[in-house]
Amino acid sequence: MLIAGQSGDQLLTKPEQLDGSATSATAQNKRPASRLHVPQPPHRENGETSFGNPKLSPAGATRKPDVASKAVDLRDMAFELVRVLDDDGKALGPWNPGLSPDQLREGLRKMLLLRVFDDRMHKGQRQGKTSFYMQATGEEAITVAQTMALRRDDMCFPTYRCQGILITRDYPLVDMMNQIYSNAKDPLKGHQLPILYSARDYGFFSASGNVGTQICQSVGWAMGCAYRGTDSIAAGWIGEGSTAEGDFHNALVFASVYRAPVILNVVNNQWAISSNKCFSGVGDSTFASRAIGFDMPGIKVDANDFLATYAVTQWAAERARKGLGATLIELYTYRAGAHSTSDDPTRYRPAKEVWPLGDPVDRLTKHLKAMGEWSDERNAALIEELTAQVRTAQKESEAIGTLGQSKPSVSVMFDDVYKEPDWRLRQQRQSLGV
Amino acid sequence: MANMNMLQAINSAMDVMLERNPDVLVFGQDAGYFGGVFRATEGLQHKHGLHRCFDAPIAELGIVAAAIGMAAQGLRPCVEIQFADYIYPGYDQIVSEAARLRYRSAGDFFAPLTVRSPYGGGIFGGQTHSQSPEAIFTHVAGIKTVIPSTPYDAKGLLISCIEDDDPVVFFEPKRIYNGPFDGRLDKPVETWAKHAASQVPDGYYTVPLGKAATIREGKDLTIIAYGTMVHVSMAAVEMAGVDAEVIDLRTLVPLDIEAIYTSVRKTGRCVIVHEATGTSGYGGEILSLIQENCFHHLESAIERVTGFDTPYPHAFEWDYFVGPGRVADAIRRVMAD
Repeated sequence: MLIAGQSGDQLLTKPEQLDGSATSATAQNKRPASRLHVPQPPHRENGETSFGNPKLSPAGATRKPDVASKAVDLRDMAFELVRVLDDDGKALGPWNPGLSPDQLREGLRKMLLLRVFDDRMHKGQRQGKTSFYMQATGEEAITVAQTMALRRDDMCFPTYRCQGILITRDYPLVDMMNQIYSNAKDPLKGHQLPILYSARDYGFFSASGNVGTQICQSVGWAMGCAYRGTDSIAAGWIGEGSTAEGDFHNALVFASVYRAPVILNVVNNQWAISSNKCFSGVGDSTFASRAIGFDMPGIKVDANDFLATYAVTQWAAERARKGLGATLIELYTYRAGAHSTSDDPTRYRPAKEVWPLGDPVDRLTKHLKAMGEWSDERNAALIEELTAQVRTAQKESEAIGTLGQSKPSVSVMFDDVYKEPDWRLRQQRQSLGV
Repeated sequence: MANMNMLQAINSAMDVMLERNPDVLVFGQDAGYFGGVFRATEGLQHKHGLHRCFDAPIAELGIVAAAIGMAAQGLRPCVEIQFADYIYPGYDQIVSEAARLRYRSAGDFFAPLTVRSPYGGGIFGGQTHSQSPEAIFTHVAGIKTVIPSTPYDAKGLLISCIEDDDPVVFFEPKRIYNGPFDGRLDKPVETWAKHAASQVPDGYYTVPLGKAATIREGKDLTIIAYGTMVHVSMAAVEMAGVDAEVIDLRTLVPLDIEAIYTSVRKTGRCVIVHEATGTSGYGGEILSLIQENCFHHLESAIERVTGFDTPYPHAFEWDYFVGPGRVADAIRRVMAD
């Protein structure tokens, strides 16, 4: 399963080739000791698939420490990969969360619903029904398993690829679509770019659209939970590319200093638009290990493994709820689709890049089948049912209108800048005659 | 009622709000145990406890971001950025996040946080302890910008900020923390004790946001100022020997535009004064509004007196500082027209 490859460095053009300098002994003697290093991903669009040489611990092999362990005793976790499902769909080892068949089927249903929804909305964008869309293809286990492992009153600070949180919490699909179409029933009144939902009642914080900015806000929310003495927690997500932002560092500092009940999730899907993770400065280390210097547990998990993702999140949530502080989870996965509808990944990575850790939906399906709790027939029927569900919502939403066909009253453009509009906003609204 | 300087008044505002509302939190660098480098939070941790007033990492981004997360949940954090000159690491969080949260979520979330920060020159702080960055906040939709000029206003305005449901940046003119400095270096240092606005109620009261104060009524011209420049302008009026109307804006956004229009329509002449660099400064905005709305009442061109367009210079503090001499010169030019 592991695809062996070279590290990015080994594939680099040799420095001599970059500047054309001779390689004679004399020239070498004159060469400065230090040269500007610009990293290159191990693979580009015309190359062979290679994900470097990641350490893929066998399923079931990674230890499961007590949630009350000291961070100093958990440092090894940042360099292992928590995996439960093996290649045959068997659940192995101490991290198996022991979910019932019904819970597993619920997870599969939500992942498939997310996939069907994404597919319909992606096509809708291509048909001109909206300006922009982002799919979560290949990353469905993250939001679905993690949300199932959290409580409904735990506030989630999403990235733009976290629509699975809403879907798992049964947010109405038609309201998501109305937001995507910015139509007259858009719950966000046409104020926000498609897919950047907000749903306080569903524990889904308003998605910013600026990358990384919300990870430290999740720490603030968690500090608020602790201040109030509740056992609710917060969870924040950030992409591996955005960990380069100062926001990520600040989030770790605050989470550590105030022992905030928060789960900080780094979704390492290998690519930030065209920038390979090699531009995030992780090198041969791991994102999970960034926690170590903050005296915080860092756990790396196979995020295409529904069971492992659920179990690690459950562990971190329990630790946070017990007042033992924050956990950094690296969700090791692969962005199977484009960054967004504005992106063409065939221009910077191999078209047939195959992730060594498989597809999260296929792997959970295989597991359920291996348990004797699922069949091809049931799978086909479920997909049919979910497709019909999404179609029904889409019909309802499109009856209101798609982008440009329908929009909220222009007067609401001036709403919600402040609690009450000041004279400028009143005058400006009047100037439009609305 | 007690006699307070501006720091004591600001401290009292936080003290009163910590007492009244368990959702109020105060934090910032050195703001907890030590009570802040200017002592604005002195005694608050001791009185209200470690969880109500505490120290923060040296991370302005994190201070603002954490406050946004708390505020979105329903708490009312009042955070200190040690100097306005250090606010920039938190600027993205204020502008991209706090300011837009209500709008982008259509009211689903909002962030009632107050960011306090000492600003302005006159303390030999050089370019890292003297800046007046208010205009980069007034430019942004979704935040309010407040600047007091007296102890009474400082307390009443700060309480209003903490109770306000929108994010507010509260800039404190540090040169007048201890006394109403008017820019006249030859005068003995004056404390607040003899100033009427140093009489501050011990308990709760508010000064509403969005309301300017007419500090001096007059008929010759209108002077518009805020912060330390209110006192400088008063000295300039005395030096120029004119019957000026002096307006202290107190809140830059939302602006009390009626107070400005009413006065300028009466006097027909106007000088606008601020410490911040002139280019794209808030004075330009006020000038434009007056020109658009009071043009036919104007007897002469409006003048701005502002900081020069250089970084804040250390050795040239009093050459750079907008003092009463420069303001008086502008008054004379505007009156001569």
